[in-house]
Amino acid sequence: MIKEGLTRIPSGCAISGILNRKGERFSGETILTSIEIMHDRANGLGGGFAGYGIYPNFADLYALHIFYDDAGSKDQTDCFIKGHFEVEAEERIPTRKVKEIGKSPLIWRYFMSPKPHKIRESELDEQEYVARCVFTINREYKGAYVFSSGKNMGAFKGVGFPEDIGRFYMIEEYEAYLWTAHGRFPTNTPGWWGGAHPFTLLNWSVVHNGEISSYDANRRFVEMYGYNCTLMTDTEVITYIIDLLVRKHGIPLTEAVNIMAAPFWREIELMDDENRKKYEAIRSVYGSALINGPFSIILGFEGGMMALNDRIKLRPLIAAEKGDNLYVASEEAAIRIVCPSPDRIWSPRGGEPVIGFAEGYK
Amino acid sequence: MSLNLVWPDFLVERDENRCIQCEVCAKQCANEVHRLDKDTGLMVSDETKCVDCHRCVAMCPTRALKIRVNDLEFKPNANWSGDLIKEIYKQADSGAVLQSGMGNPKPYPVYWDRMVINASQVTNPSIDPLREPMETGVILGRKPPKLEFDKNGRLLTKMPPQIKLDVPIMFSAMSFGSISGNAHEALARAATALGTLYNTGEGGLAREMYKYGPNTIVQVASGRFGVHPEYLNAGAMLEIKIGQGAKPGLGGHLPGAKVGDAVSKARMIPKGSDALSPAPHHDIYSIEDLRQLIYSLKEATDYLKPVSVKIAAVHNSAAIASGIARAGADIIAIDGFRGGTGSAPTRTRDNVGIPVELALASVDQRLREEGIRNEVSLVAAGGIRCSMDVVKAIALGADACYIGTAALVAMGCHLCQTCYTGKCNWGIATQREDLEKRLNPDIAAQRLINMVTGWKHEIDETLGGMGINAIESLKGNRLMLRGVGLNEKELEVLGIKYAGE
Repeated sequence: MIKEGLTRIPSGCAISGILNRKGERFSGETILTSIEIMHDRANGLGGGFAGYGIYPNFADLYALHIFYDDAGSKDQTDCFIKGHFEVEAEERIPTRKVKEIGKSPLIWRYFMSPKPHKIRESELDEQEYVARCVFTINREYKGAYVFSSGKNMGAFKGVGFPEDIGRFYMIEEYEAYLWTAHGRFPTNTPGWWGGAHPFTLLNWSVVHNGEISSYDANRRFVEMYGYNCTLMTDTEVITYIIDLLVRKHGIPLTEAVNIMAAPFWREIELMDDENRKKYEAIRSVYGSALINGPFSIILGFEGGMMALNDRIKLRPLIAAEKGDNLYVASEEAAIRIVCPSPDRIWSPRGGEPVIGFAEGYK
Repeated sequence: MSLNLVWPDFLVERDENRCIQCEVCAKQCANEVHRLDKDTGLMVSDETKCVDCHRCVAMCPTRALKIRVNDLEFKPNANWSGDLIKEIYKQADSGAVLQSGMGNPKPYPVYWDRMVINASQVTNPSIDPLREPMETGVILGRKPPKLEFDKNGRLLTKMPPQIKLDVPIMFSAMSFGSISGNAHEALARAATALGTLYNTGEGGLAREMYKYGPNTIVQVASGRFGVHPEYLNAGAMLEIKIGQGAKPGLGGHLPGAKVGDAVSKARMIPKGSDALSPAPHHDIYSIEDLRQLIYSLKEATDYLKPVSVKIAAVHNSAAIASGIARAGADIIAIDGFRGGTGSAPTRTRDNVGIPVELALASVDQRLREEGIRNEVSLVAAGGIRCSMDVVKAIALGADACYIGTAALVAMGCHLCQTCYTGKCNWGIATQREDLEKRLNPDIAAQRLINMVTGWKHEIDETLGGMGINAIESLKGNRLMLRGVGLNEKELEVLGIKYAGE
């Protein structure tokens, strides 16, 4: 069977996200409970979590999480990493034995900072430098796959049901102000750990339910800007679109949303002059970044999250608030199980983002 | 004059039991095939003049007429086809270059017919265009590398001139001269009603047509016929015609016989004089010269209109297109070798240039590799026959398509391929007043509107089937295509997978 990344695998899914808007951290237990109840939306071929604020002691260092096929691939990759970064600490990511989880790759994490002279030589800014190093490892180092590369955040994922993956990684031991989770229902997969969600790049993490019909238009668009779509998944390409728009093109997140789920022409035609011109420009310049087809996504970033549906809401997405907490999930049950009586619960319209920010973060 | 060795290509079959000798066929045939034999009182035919345009067949009130291909065969010879032999007879008679009208009819592979389209099943839903919005509008024009917004989300970037089309289909350049005034008028009216553009071709523009300006592309070709500041400013877009798919590397020739009062005025040339377009533009011998013309035209129109550059699809199209994008063109039109023409040397039409599918795929890919695809618009032309060709062209990477032959057919053209004679019985490719008035511009415009509307419905359905509700999500979305009956190299150039992969 062809490995994921060499072929495209459509999948359905469950997603959930919980943000504390005061920036207070809470255990991963909660998100695990939330995603577990949507067990039937996954099929045991992928699950994962992303937590923000989990590494306060290394908050200024890039935390790289890497899957290795074997010790040999680690040795080779280590050479590259140590040539490009100052590594402050490295260790195997702690896991516990879970009978439902099959053979796992070697799972390592590194806390590190780019070597200043290397950044100077590259003439890139720090984030671009790190991103390119991640691309290089994923593209050129056989058997190595970086699945998390942000600061003070991390992704934990693998092949299995999400609740089993959560127990495997002991995510109840971590505390975060934002958690997102994903249960995957791929239609076929060779069971590769890198293919699970969340998909991350730098501080971005994306969990996604859907199959985007615009995939190849989006892929060929972002590839013009130096991204390598090695996984051939929708989630990967969505992450790159966000990274391109927000980090590289400097577009505010709210406007990036207007690009990815642009208003219909019939709505644009009714707008006032200024807005009409703006949205015409958006659809003209960034038409290839419009995400089409059924999707609901939760984007995690430093200091908040954003949940978004496709323009005609072909996938479920529910949001709720209780005190400082903001919840989004594929199903209401996934919210009610951890928050039985929310202050407000609603179904966001297609293309209308739900955005929450945590205090104390930029 | 030696013995004419060529026999008629077609046979006129007249059912004498039906024929009422009304002479409609004789009056309708500009080629003078039919006449009433005064002695016998019967209609007779000179079949050597017949071009198989079906005008007589369509007009015969008693359906007495049938035109058949003459089945008289040379002795079978796999190397020497009948066409070749007859063409040699013709040249041995005349010593001239063989002339043809319309596009390349040879049995080259039609790649449109070797690509199939995807549809949603289970993992994503198809979208019903009758219930959900379906967007086929496209915007042509240069795009800035990125947009800038202030912190309140107000747009700061000033956009270059853009043109929005309601359908990704425009009418190809067909000059007033090569086609009749009524045909021109019909194209202009249809483009206006459909929210798209028609193209003047290189023949200038009659004053009465200026009112269709917002839906007009004004072309500047090597002969510069009818080009003046008012003309340039009369359209919504300008187009520099470098080449044409039907005759890459060649110019054009409108015979003096077609240059009557109106054409003479529009083209700004003396009545009855041949209009010869040189092969190259004599002020463009290089890419840097092209840049100067692009910017001259922009200067002349205050940078208010996008400038397109149209080239014939040739071997090196990808590199040429990249140069054109960098020379400042806002739109690049690529015209494949099946594109039509009023007149072209047969040998050129049938042997020079490449299929637009391959040229389009390689141009789109090349511009992407250079990171400049998003800055220009790409228009595919020359060989677009139906709505699915449009869908496939957009999936390969086009923003929009030009249609020429299909538009003529909608108006009544029967593809007899003899436009160059000026005797079009359907009133399309002619300047003879008696023939032109056969084409009612109201009816022809309505037929064009109907055809494009039908295509739009088909595009809507197909997009919906793919789970897409905006055509920009199809642009360059090559995973939506699969090849059948193609070899690996063809798949590679087209950038698509094989069916079943």
